[in-house]
Amino acid sequence: MKKSAFLGTLAATTVLAGFASAATLDDVKARGELICGVNTGLVGFAAPDANGNWQGFDVAVCKAVAAAVLGDASKVKYVPTTGETRFTALASGEIDLLSRNTTWTFSRDTDLKFTFVGVNYYDGQGFMVRKDLGVSSAKELDGATVCIQTGTTTELNLADFFKVNNMTYQPVPINTNAEGEQQYLAGACDAYTTDASGLAATRAVFADPENHIILPEIISKEPLGPLVRHGDDQWADIVRWTLNALIAAEEYGVTSANVEELSKGTNNPEINRMLGTEGDLGTMIGLDKDWAKRAIAATGNYGEVFAASIGESTPIGLARGLNAQWTQGGLLYTPPFR
Amino acid sequence: MSGLHAQTAPFVRDTMLPPEPPPAMQSGVVKWLRENLFSGWLNTILTVLGFVIIALLVQKFLPWFLHSVWDAGSISECRAIIEERWGPGAEGACWAVIRERWPQFLYGFYPAELYWRPVLAFGLLLIAIGPILFTQSQRAATSFITLVAALTFVSILALGQHNVLALVFVAALVAVQVFAPRRLMIFTLLYPAVGFWLLWGGSVWIPVVAVLGFVLGWLAFRLIQPAGGSILGAIAAVLVPVFWWLFAARLAAGALQGVVPLGIEAVRSDRFGGFVLALTIGVTGIGFSLPMGIVLALGRRSDMLLVKTLCVGFIEFIRGVPLITLLFTASLLLNYFLPPGTNFDIILRVIIMVTLFSAAYIAEVIRGGLAALPRGQYEAADALGLDYWKAQRLIIMPQALKISIPGIVSSFIGLFKDTTLVIFVGLLDPLKGITDAVRASIEWKGAYWEPYLFVGAIFWIICFSMSRYSMYLERLLKREHR
Repeated sequence: MKKSAFLGTLAATTVLAGFASAATLDDVKARGELICGVNTGLVGFAAPDANGNWQGFDVAVCKAVAAAVLGDASKVKYVPTTGETRFTALASGEIDLLSRNTTWTFSRDTDLKFTFVGVNYYDGQGFMVRKDLGVSSAKELDGATVCIQTGTTTELNLADFFKVNNMTYQPVPINTNAEGEQQYLAGACDAYTTDASGLAATRAVFADPENHIILPEIISKEPLGPLVRHGDDQWADIVRWTLNALIAAEEYGVTSANVEELSKGTNNPEINRMLGTEGDLGTMIGLDKDWAKRAIAATGNYGEVFAASIGESTPIGLARGLNAQWTQGGLLYTPPFR
Repeated sequence: MSGLHAQTAPFVRDTMLPPEPPPAMQSGVVKWLRENLFSGWLNTILTVLGFVIIALLVQKFLPWFLHSVWDAGSISECRAIIEERWGPGAEGACWAVIRERWPQFLYGFYPAELYWRPVLAFGLLLIAIGPILFTQSQRAATSFITLVAALTFVSILALGQHNVLALVFVAALVAVQVFAPRRLMIFTLLYPAVGFWLLWGGSVWIPVVAVLGFVLGWLAFRLIQPAGGSILGAIAAVLVPVFWWLFAARLAAGALQGVVPLGIEAVRSDRFGGFVLALTIGVTGIGFSLPMGIVLALGRRSDMLLVKTLCVGFIEFIRGVPLITLLFTASLLLNYFLPPGTNFDIILRVIIMVTLFSAAYIAEVIRGGLAALPRGQYEAADALGLDYWKAQRLIIMPQALKISIPGIVSSFIGLFKDTTLVIFVGLLDPLKGITDAVRASIEWKGAYWEPYLFVGAIFWIICFSMSRYSMYLERLLKREHR
């Protein structure tokens, strides 16, 4: 009797939890605040500044969504998540949205029951070595010691890469990026491997960056993007199209500076539809017609965000590469706003 | 024989010779060195080895400290300054990262204009526990409290956030200590509410109605005990406050706030970090785990089967799982079971888990103390006709706790250091959470040792103070004649 009562309560709780997660938009509006899971700290992507304000490439997605939904980019509560806690935090409803340089993989999308709404950064795993090692290709790393962060996809990619190329390596397990840098600089390993964006950021702050090279091989596909829970398609649509709006804005030349002016009407119907001057795309996702305009005004378009947080003018100095618009030879290609 | 002697040795010394100085090898530094460092060939080798190691360490790290840079905007600026001053290839510490980001290490993301609140809360905490720390010596307590009050004054003034009310309050507490020391214990009892209110802010009525719960419990006990006996009284004393907190407190606080809106700016838990977070978790955990540990230890030695089983089960379960498991449970698993929309504060959840964890260990430490007491003490208490609680309070516990002091303080120190584990549930602890967050800004990426040394030094000061206090207490309470 007692057991069945307990199970009944449990079932009721689960059902209630299901109902609650079915209307994330209503929850966010009622709360007046978006709860966004971010990295505890990754250079360029998510980091609090000296005043405790979160900044970065992934943080911009949170801000854009908050601006689109709530009309205020500052109404975000940032929940720092670790590699261990990020998925549970999202699945349990502690956060509405996870924007934490998370690789879109089959099992995370299906088995863990998340919806990746898009890709905001195409990354890939690379190697950094000291120049005096005399290595110019990752294929010459046979027998090398490699510093590798444990428990990440990079560890598995590394094993695959060396196996495919019939080479051996000696892993030096490390826990965090900072520890990896320290081990690598201390000479505990010949090569340091992590995502190419991370390598660039790491090399940029070395005392002697000219003595280190990043090898040309990229051994994995790491499409990083924001994700939400399964089962709330409206919320997924909102996040997906907010991200798409930022990317499309760059394609159509809409910036945070001219969005106000362009929203008065242009001769490009695509821009007009996106900014709400024509049609009512906003109501289709449960928002008002100015949603995209607010998002772009709050953070700038994709290109502006990229340039401000990780682009070539910042110390990290990442080139656009794969993350250029499709018209510039990159992979960014949004479906039409129609 | 003696006559012969008298003739052959007519001279008899009548004054003492001045004492010779001891041989050079048997005095002063040389003697100390010979006895302590070079007493045999093995010790000589070890001494030489030790000196070589120290010399190597100094040679390696001294330049790093001597080349310290305190004033720079980023790690690369630091490096440029060091290169300019000490030549290319020189390495040095870049303390500029601490200089620029120390508020984050101390306060996390607590709003900068409200820094005086955690400072005041910490000062008041020390004042509140002053009378407990120095029960034996009125003078020591007074000087401790005055010193703390002065430091609190200076810190708040240095922050430039002079809150006159706060300063007056601190001064009033010192006055209470000087003129009516026993009254200060009332403040000690109220401190949890005051500290909570200062840290989290919000309506003043929330802590007031929370404290009211205890008052109601006491009233219920006083009213029911004469009619229904102490067991019914005790049940009422537990149930009434619980009902009050669960159902009525929120309404009462809301109503009072509606009538008399009094409050300070609320600060949310996600703004907590650094040492404010570590101390909040650590101090609350320490404060609540000691009484809980005592109860558990007594329960484990109880004759009542149910009580004993429950206590043993609890202690062995908690001691059987790692703290991180409990933290993950608090942060992740609980969310699945709580009704959706419940906003059960993450810091509160972590504090509860840390307290339970520490209580289980303290229970075992105290049980050790209880076991060390001779049977005669229990029998003597019985012979005096004391009931169970009186015997525990007056005879058993004072002795058992005294024996357990080193173990208890070790547990406390361990608990305080374990607060850094909260990084795994995404709270920004000072050691790794804040350090990583600071390093995630491009200016300070690559500053590896400096933040660790800074945070480690603060941890060392706090833990070492606890350790010294425990030794002081042991000396003070020593009753054996050895």
